[in-house]
Amino acid sequence: MRLLTIIVMDGAVFAAVLFLLSVGLTLVFGVLRILNVSHGGIYAFGAYMATYLALKILGVGGNPYLTYLMLLAGAIIIGLIAGPIIERVFLRRIYGSDQHIMLLLTFSIFLILDDLMKLIWGTKPLFVSEPYALLGQFTIAGIPYSWYQVALIFVSIIFGAFLIWAVRGTRLGKIVVSVINDREISQAIGINVNRIYLVSFTAGALSAALGGALIAPTIAVVPGFAVDATVLAFAVIAIGGMGSLEGAAIGALLVGLLRASAVHLMPEVDLVAIYLAMILVLVVRPEGLFGEVELRRI
Amino acid sequence: MEQRWFFLEAVVGTALLLLVPLLFPDWMGFIVALALAKFLAVLGVALFLRAGMVTFGHAMFYAVGAYTVGFSAKWFGFRDILVLLPLGGLLGAGLAALVGLVMARYREVFFAMLNLAFSMMLYGVLLKLYWLTGGTDGLGAGVPTFFGYAPPREHLRVYQYYVILLVAGLAIYAVYRFLSSPLGYYLKARADNEIRIEYSGESVRRVIYFTYVFSGVLAGLSGVMAAFIVGHIVPEYAFWIQSGDFVFVALLGGFTSVPGPLVGAIAFEFIRTYASKYFPNEWQMVLGIIMLAIILFRPEGLWSIYEGLASRFGRSDREAQRA
Repeated sequence: MRLLTIIVMDGAVFAAVLFLLSVGLTLVFGVLRILNVSHGGIYAFGAYMATYLALKILGVGGNPYLTYLMLLAGAIIIGLIAGPIIERVFLRRIYGSDQHIMLLLTFSIFLILDDLMKLIWGTKPLFVSEPYALLGQFTIAGIPYSWYQVALIFVSIIFGAFLIWAVRGTRLGKIVVSVINDREISQAIGINVNRIYLVSFTAGALSAALGGALIAPTIAVVPGFAVDATVLAFAVIAIGGMGSLEGAAIGALLVGLLRASAVHLMPEVDLVAIYLAMILVLVVRPEGLFGEVELRRI
Repeated sequence: MEQRWFFLEAVVGTALLLLVPLLFPDWMGFIVALALAKFLAVLGVALFLRAGMVTFGHAMFYAVGAYTVGFSAKWFGFRDILVLLPLGGLLGAGLAALVGLVMARYREVFFAMLNLAFSMMLYGVLLKLYWLTGGTDGLGAGVPTFFGYAPPREHLRVYQYYVILLVAGLAIYAVYRFLSSPLGYYLKARADNEIRIEYSGESVRRVIYFTYVFSGVLAGLSGVMAAFIVGHIVPEYAFWIQSGDFVFVALLGGFTSVPGPLVGAIAFEFIRTYASKYFPNEWQMVLGIIMLAIILFRPEGLWSIYEGLASRFGRSDREAQRA
């Protein structure tokens, strides 16, 4: 029972992190039909920028509570810079080309981002503990948890609900759905498809950077953590169904619980278990749990 | 005309490669040998690029080849490169034959990602089974023998180089044969339209399955050779960045020809050597920028620049004759 509680707690925290990481990826895939390999890079960039700003404000003797604001600011800065640049400058040139071209283009952006971080912030780990420590701790089943982790779970639920509302319940969301379903017809009825692409990609980048910024206080930000993030985000959205917001939530929950169980029951297999789950889901339901079947066109 | 050009290039290229250990310093021989070894895996990846499919997982077969060497050296003290090469190829083919059963059903993003998942599983296993694989410490390959013959140490590199060159030559021949077979033509046709292939009576899954197994053999051989050249086998052989490098090399050289990946592989190893010398922390970025430039401006790769030049000179040649 104690073990079960621990697994559920750890799983929920990990799922919240994974959801923030992967929801942007699934959004971008849904609208632009591009699997954005550089997503993990934007996520790591957000984490670096947020940590850097938070350390900066502490360095000039600011109120430690201001670090929360700095985390948010870091995410917004990175999202608003990286999103439009990548979409306008690079992706725009290759819409309509083959899938493999898009994969490779975003892969090369990923490589560039990964080293750009090292150039800007060096190779030493960055760590800001104030946002994490300020909220205090509590104990479940003899294991101390931080309130920050609980806050993370709530933030990701609220963020997910907000995104689903934005897509289902607003005018912009309905326009986005129309572009997803048919780009050309949408253009014909007067929708500025290019703008929707820009907005969607920037939203994806923002959510990646936000995910990175919120997770940064719980870990030390080191070079190379973008790589793991990218692959994990792939696994989550492949399980949930690419392009589906609900799918990202379910995928994150499954992967989170799976990883927590593996860590506590069979620590040797934690990574293997996630990829095994991904393979099983894709073999049984190639479109993922919540994905839609794509028709083959002649 | 084209035939003559091709023949000339093949002769010049082969002669240059044959002379590498004699003319160039050791460190360059090492780079070219490593490039030739990885070239085989790239050839397999390039086959899929021709079909409009990208794989981020072929490092798994590469790792199978490398760990064949590692385990054989660790358990049996057996290091015969001429025996381990076919064995590594066979094991690569075996794994590809199993994984391919699943993979042949998927295309595009799913194909790329499932390959990624399988290779990352292998990576996880290699990393975590410390008692078996040595984890991140890896395994040593040791000094190879050639059918029991152990050449003197100072000539070892040269022997090894010619074995690798021979295998690369055989692989080029095999890929040419494959591409001029009906299977090869169907593979190229897949990039245009898959359903029409099925209307013509061929199963696309069958085509992809056999290509997958073939590419598994190539990557397995590649891993065996790389293991002996580098001498050290670590889980990173199966990491997805390694797979990404294979795709990068294919793209750099140009995947629509067979010499393309070879040019790409040699260029890649030199770029990496110099980039990691002059920009130790930013060499990935250098790779990324080059790759970006190629995708946006030269999607057919470096080899196409040469082909363009060659055909221009060829034309002026012909015009000269006419005049």
